[in-house]
Amino acid sequence: MDAISVEGLTKRYGDTLAVDDICFAVPAGRTVGLLGGNGAGKTTTIAMLLGLLIPTKGRITCLGHDMATDRFAALARMNFSSPYVSLPAKLSVAENLRVYGHLYGVPDAERRIAELAGELDLAALLRRPAGQLSAGQKTRVALAKALINRPDLLLLDEPTASLDPDIGDLVRSWLERYRAVSGCTILLASHNMGEVERLCDEVLMMRRGRIVDRGSPAGLRARYGREDLEDVFLDIARAPASASASAPAPGGVPA
Amino acid sequence: MNAAAARRVWGLIYRHLALYRRSWPRLIELAYWPILQMCIWGFTAQFLAGRHAGAVTLAAGTLLGGVLLWEVALRSQMGVAVSFLEELWSRNLGHLFVSPVRPRELVAALILVACLRMAAGVLPAILLAWALYAFNLFTLGPVLVIFFANLMLMGWWVSLAVVSMLLRHGAGAEALAWSVLFGLTPLSAVFYPVSVLPAAVRPLSLALPSTHVFEGMRAVMGAGVVRWDQMGWAFGLNLLWGAAALLLFARQFRAARRRGALLNVGE
Repeated sequence: MDAISVEGLTKRYGDTLAVDDICFAVPAGRTVGLLGGNGAGKTTTIAMLLGLLIPTKGRITCLGHDMATDRFAALARMNFSSPYVSLPAKLSVAENLRVYGHLYGVPDAERRIAELAGELDLAALLRRPAGQLSAGQKTRVALAKALINRPDLLLLDEPTASLDPDIGDLVRSWLERYRAVSGCTILLASHNMGEVERLCDEVLMMRRGRIVDRGSPAGLRARYGREDLEDVFLDIARAPASASASAPAPGGVPA
Repeated sequence: MNAAAARRVWGLIYRHLALYRRSWPRLIELAYWPILQMCIWGFTAQFLAGRHAGAVTLAAGTLLGGVLLWEVALRSQMGVAVSFLEELWSRNLGHLFVSPVRPRELVAALILVACLRMAAGVLPAILLAWALYAFNLFTLGPVLVIFFANLMLMGWWVSLAVVSMLLRHGAGAEALAWSVLFGLTPLSAVFYPVSVLPAAVRPLSLALPSTHVFEGMRAVMGAGVVRWDQMGWAFGLNLLWGAAALLLFARQFRAARRRGALLNVGE
């Protein structure tokens, strides 16, 4: 069964086509990366998957629920983390997590908060106001919030942006463990190619609102004749606007 | 409302209670303006009543009643609008609206928080009026409940319209949270009867529920009569304006989802 199914998804703002008729499916239990340069349409796609943004056209199904008509049933089993959305700064970390424990109807929320505090090394931060945390600490708290309801589907927008390599590695390790234990499906938008190679089973390459290529990180590297995903990314990002992705050409964007 | 919905509403209320527990300036601000208003108008009324007995004493009483009751509407309106602004200022809307919280649950929570804020703001002013000027608002009798209910309802629908503008224009429209209801004060016949207003303005005044509440208040204080017709008008107008405000909120919420404003609403 697919955890996410997207058909003909389009978002237009006036004359600007932010997402252009994309189709993809994410099988349950898989981690899929959404890659693309700035303005490629990743965040817009995630916002539509979360119901924050109404598509101009197309159909989204998450965890078997149509997001146009039944999004709240899906949202209870989903969660989201982004460095661009904050938690109330005056509230302590524990209070913030408690709020979201209530909103997601988490049974025995205090126990869940204690679990997350242990796993994400937040115990010493629980009583501190969220606004007084460092960027790395805020990211770990945001991740704790995203996991408070043990989501079946996790959408992460640049989960390790602004983290130092050590904390970034801890977060990635934790995501790997969480997926292994829970069987959770993860859709990850990131600019960190190492992270994508490490975490993702499959990658969707976006450019100018379209999915221009897809495949496993290793498969994409092989197809483009590149040693790492970053070069694949650059090939796609710098390809002429007219290039399509149906037939790969070694060492360059598929022609 | 089922148990899950009630828990979500409680979660949203808890968020604001936790905020006030950690922010004493916010707590003080709740009571500051009502008390300040009460002091200014209370001493003015005391001064006038001391110089002229009889009719002026009655006018002074209605002035104090007007101040206190108008604060009920003001604090109810600001309670909803400022609580929504707190979410906007903290850039938390993106998290809230990807949770299972329904918009109606958010509105319910904002209204309940506004009730608490209104009580925290207005009750000290009522006590102060009693302590300083021997003015007991509760002598109005059980009809006071109807006055309160109507003014709170009006505060809520005005604030829903303000929240709709915040969804449309972001924090750039935040001045509306403080100014809209103040702007309606001259039309609401708070301190004078509606007959004082120019004839051309009276229809506008009579279209506001608050006007009927204050006309009703003056009838109780002056003649000891409960004007049920005025109360009927106040409730009817509240229902009408409330339905319009809900419609506006629903439309602006949907428009915000269409524009993507919920993720990055701000300045």
